[in-house]
Amino acid sequence: MNFSLSRATLIAEADLVGIAGERAVCDRRGVLYFPDLRLLAVSDLHLEKGSSFARRGALIPPYDTGATLLRLQAVIADYQPRIVVSLGDSFHDRGGAERMHQSFRERLEAMMAGRDWFWVAGNHDPEAPADLPGETVNELAIGSLVFRHEPSKLRVEGEISGHLHPCARIVQRGRSVRRRCFAGDGGRMVMPAFGAYTGSLNVLDRAYAGLFRLETLVAYMLGAERIFAISGSMLRPG
Amino acid sequence: MFPLAVAALACLRAYSPRERGEKLRSPFVPIFLGDRVPPRYLLRVTEQPRLAEQNAAVLLPEPFVKWFGQKGWSPRAHQLELLAKAQSGQSVLMIAPTGAGKTLAGFLPSLTALANRPKRKPGEGRRGIHTLYISPLKALAVDIERNLGKPVEEIGLPVTIETRTGDTPSHKRQRQKLAPPDILLTTPEQLALLIASNDARRFFEDLRYVVLDELHSLVTSKRGHLLALGLARLRAFVPGLQTIGLSATVAEPDELRRWLVSQASPGAMSELIVVTGGAKPDISILDSEERVPWAGHSARYATPEIYREIKRHKTTLLFVNTRSQAELLFQELWRVNEDTLPIALHHGSLDVAQRRRVEKAMGENALRAIVATSTLDLGIDWGDVDLVVHVGAPKGASRLAQRIGRANHRMDEPSKAILIPANRFEVLECRAALDANYLGAQDTPPLVNGGLDVLAQHVLGCACGAPFHADTLFDEVRTAAPYVSLDRPTFDRVIDFVATGGYALRNYERYARIRQTKEGLWRVSNPAVAQQYRLNVGTIIEVPALNVRYVRAGSRGAASRGGRVLGKIEEAFLETLTHGDTFMFAGKILRFEGIRENECFVSNAPGSDAKVPYYGGGKFPLSTYLAEQVRAMLDDPQRWKKLPEQVADWLRFQADKSILPKRDDLLIETFPRGNRYYLVAYPFEGRLAHQTLGMLLTRRLDRAGAKPVGFVATDYALAIWSLADMGWMFKNRKPSLATLFDQDMLGDDLEAWFADSWLLKRTFRNCALISGLIEKRHPGKEKSGRQVTVSTDLIYDVLRSHEPDHILLQATRTDAATGLLDVSRLAEMLSRIRGRIMHKNLEQISPLAVPIMLEIGKMPVNGEADETLLMDAATLVEEAMGARDD
Repeated sequence: MNFSLSRATLIAEADLVGIAGERAVCDRRGVLYFPDLRLLAVSDLHLEKGSSFARRGALIPPYDTGATLLRLQAVIADYQPRIVVSLGDSFHDRGGAERMHQSFRERLEAMMAGRDWFWVAGNHDPEAPADLPGETVNELAIGSLVFRHEPSKLRVEGEISGHLHPCARIVQRGRSVRRRCFAGDGGRMVMPAFGAYTGSLNVLDRAYAGLFRLETLVAYMLGAERIFAISGSMLRPG
Repeated sequence: MFPLAVAALACLRAYSPRERGEKLRSPFVPIFLGDRVPPRYLLRVTEQPRLAEQNAAVLLPEPFVKWFGQKGWSPRAHQLELLAKAQSGQSVLMIAPTGAGKTLAGFLPSLTALANRPKRKPGEGRRGIHTLYISPLKALAVDIERNLGKPVEEIGLPVTIETRTGDTPSHKRQRQKLAPPDILLTTPEQLALLIASNDARRFFEDLRYVVLDELHSLVTSKRGHLLALGLARLRAFVPGLQTIGLSATVAEPDELRRWLVSQASPGAMSELIVVTGGAKPDISILDSEERVPWAGHSARYATPEIYREIKRHKTTLLFVNTRSQAELLFQELWRVNEDTLPIALHHGSLDVAQRRRVEKAMGENALRAIVATSTLDLGIDWGDVDLVVHVGAPKGASRLAQRIGRANHRMDEPSKAILIPANRFEVLECRAALDANYLGAQDTPPLVNGGLDVLAQHVLGCACGAPFHADTLFDEVRTAAPYVSLDRPTFDRVIDFVATGGYALRNYERYARIRQTKEGLWRVSNPAVAQQYRLNVGTIIEVPALNVRYVRAGSRGAASRGGRVLGKIEEAFLETLTHGDTFMFAGKILRFEGIRENECFVSNAPGSDAKVPYYGGGKFPLSTYLAEQVRAMLDDPQRWKKLPEQVADWLRFQADKSILPKRDDLLIETFPRGNRYYLVAYPFEGRLAHQTLGMLLTRRLDRAGAKPVGFVATDYALAIWSLADMGWMFKNRKPSLATLFDQDMLGDDLEAWFADSWLLKRTFRNCALISGLIEKRHPGKEKSGRQVTVSTDLIYDVLRSHEPDHILLQATRTDAATGLLDVSRLAEMLSRIRGRIMHKNLEQISPLAVPIMLEIGKMPVNGEADETLLMDAATLVEEAMGARDD
């Protein structure tokens, strides 16, 4: 990217959401940015998912890692964060980092240079990625926020997690629209999956049971130009 | 007429001594009906059969002649003609109407050959399959086994007949491999599986004949492509293999004749036998006393009149075009069914057990009427139907002929049919179809080139069978008619795709599914590949659907196990429902209670109105031929006399207020209404083509500054509405209509729209599944429709942005252009109307425009407006909750 939007124009006041007292931007590209901390969180990159499938005989296009990194590069260029937290399942399987093509590795390293980079361990990638800088942690607490891969069963105010790949669905005028989304209730936030090949699971699915205060649940659905904040009562399962 | 005289006139006719003087019996019919059912066929032999009769003794082995004698029957001319051609080594296509005994004709060459076969000597190896019978329906194969077994036994033929379908238990399949039957009855998918086994060549080495039933319906789909490739393989195993194709009437018999034989010398054709005959059907259009509606598909207005006809006849078969129409008509009929006549419902989404019950009742003549969709189009014989009612437009003329043919199987008694148009345009269409039927016009879709996704599946299948050489396989593939124009570079790309995915970024060499040996042969790299292939074979992609299961009202399915399953419904429809919505299904009004996993829970909601309409009109596009007929009728006021008065009046009004288009012209009307400006075009090219045209025109109008807001397409017309005055724009040539409708819209505009169309994603999914990129099934776990959909959509996006020329995207674009988008039809239309656009700028809506204007708002405008819907929802929230201040 040759140009980057100034951070000021990226962050309109209206787009800010509060999570346990911290202000954050739900970016329509699926990343969460905390301007006060200059921290960018991204979840479920699932790098090398394509080659993971290929290993088992499904030769799906090997362009997912490149596509995911390109998008990540763009948001990092826009926000210029000081800290980047990759919220787990950064690689689709344990061998992922090793299989990754040298050119992608270089691209990733260029992104990481000059900033603090945390790999939160996920269920797909419980170990530190092979031969990559950055610090691997099980969870990370910064200020009033806690970053971990899987949302905990007990309520934790200020918890930022991923793992579930939330999406939301609405029905308007007899038509159904399903989009990836951030799911938050003001206390905690579950982030959408960022990877090019990652599927998604409706926030009303049983897997989310007990995570949110339903009366304040909002799905921040990812649109082409902006985020659409849809209240929990308008959402449909499935 | 007394029987002997008839027999003398048409030498081959015979009568049964048992029923002397009462009924003529066709020779073979009882074989296919079983003994309990009384014979229903009377023959009308229209060919001169003398020659055939003389040949009969020569062609038919002694036991057959004796058997015929015992039964008092004799074979028909076309059956013997087919036998003679087959015995001289030819492949044959036989085109015959229903009830002509064509299935037995197809088996005669095999049965006679098997009867003459010398006994197996002691110590001689087992014989392989002699005849392979392939039908599109499992049920048909099962039917044939039952009905062919009887004469084989009576004649005393040493012939074994078995079926092999998806339902055949694995121990039986194993046994069939070791001890094959003489005649194997199966489906295209099973053939593909047999070819992919490593003993295929040996298994088929004794094969003499392949009999292909319902060929007309097989060849137009990807199943047909796979089957054609399978046949090419069989021909490579057994040079001199003969094929016998059995088909209903088709527009271009030569296409099927080429399809049946090797195209090693391009254009080669099989022999052809056409059985004519059958009385002209007695078809009328319901001249309703009620008002024929402007628009809609329900034909609700005619219910009392339909019911009267049911009462007047013994058994009435009511055909509709879609499942939702079937449900609606069924409901309406029961509303007026004061005599509680047994009226049943039959469509493909109903539970199998339910369907079998209806079929059985029908066979026993226990029903007075059956409301059915195309599930009854193909296949088996039905009870004594004396009236066919067709509700809604019949779309293609050949579909109509096929459906009317269902009415009775007595070839020389006229079938009786009534057409019920659901709206005014359908009146025109019915009239055109009716005229076409009398003219004997046939109207089947042209065959298209073989799909590359299907070829990829076949290539992998071949490798699973035995290592192959690319040169040899290429030559073999090109002998299959759908692949006759395949070029070598494309073929090589398909091989590359099968091996490593065919990506420019060559990452997957180490995961290759097939590899080349030192000798240059391609072989599967490990047994797991073959195992996976076997689970994924076939080209039938099911639309994701959920079981519909009864639960107690209000239970949401959470606590209760639920009651019986009513059938299956597409996920896409269920997605638009919310708890408590009511809809029609399985002849009932149901309340939607919820979805859990792959089940949709419903409860009974009798008496309430079905709230949720399900749009399903115009599933089959108007055929080119009918469209032309409709345009011709509009142009010819003389022909209006045949139309119901109210419809003729409507056209006169149109001539008065606006204009009626000339036969080859395109009429475009523009007028203001409310705070919008409308453009209505009347191409009569079918909904698919209109939808594509609508998408492209809105792009262009947008560029021209017309600010188009939306469009809606029907089979007959297209309406676009905008904020700017399009009438003024066209008059001042900003742009001119000629420019707007220029053929160049099929260039860049089409490409650009292709790029992010949901239609393309759907097509891509099918290609990905058929080509084996994604698995339909994986050992031990079935993927649900949704999981597959999500991942192929994502794969599509990634592949399109990184390798737009990938072979699978190429296959997708070709498929979409021929199928969903009907681009070729649009292209023909655009070239036809060049210089022939009539523009009428009106002050207000014209009579002809009323039907399509009524569709606005009723039909979901499929397309790219998701963002707007999200915006609406988000705005609603803001309005409802006020500005959030957290």
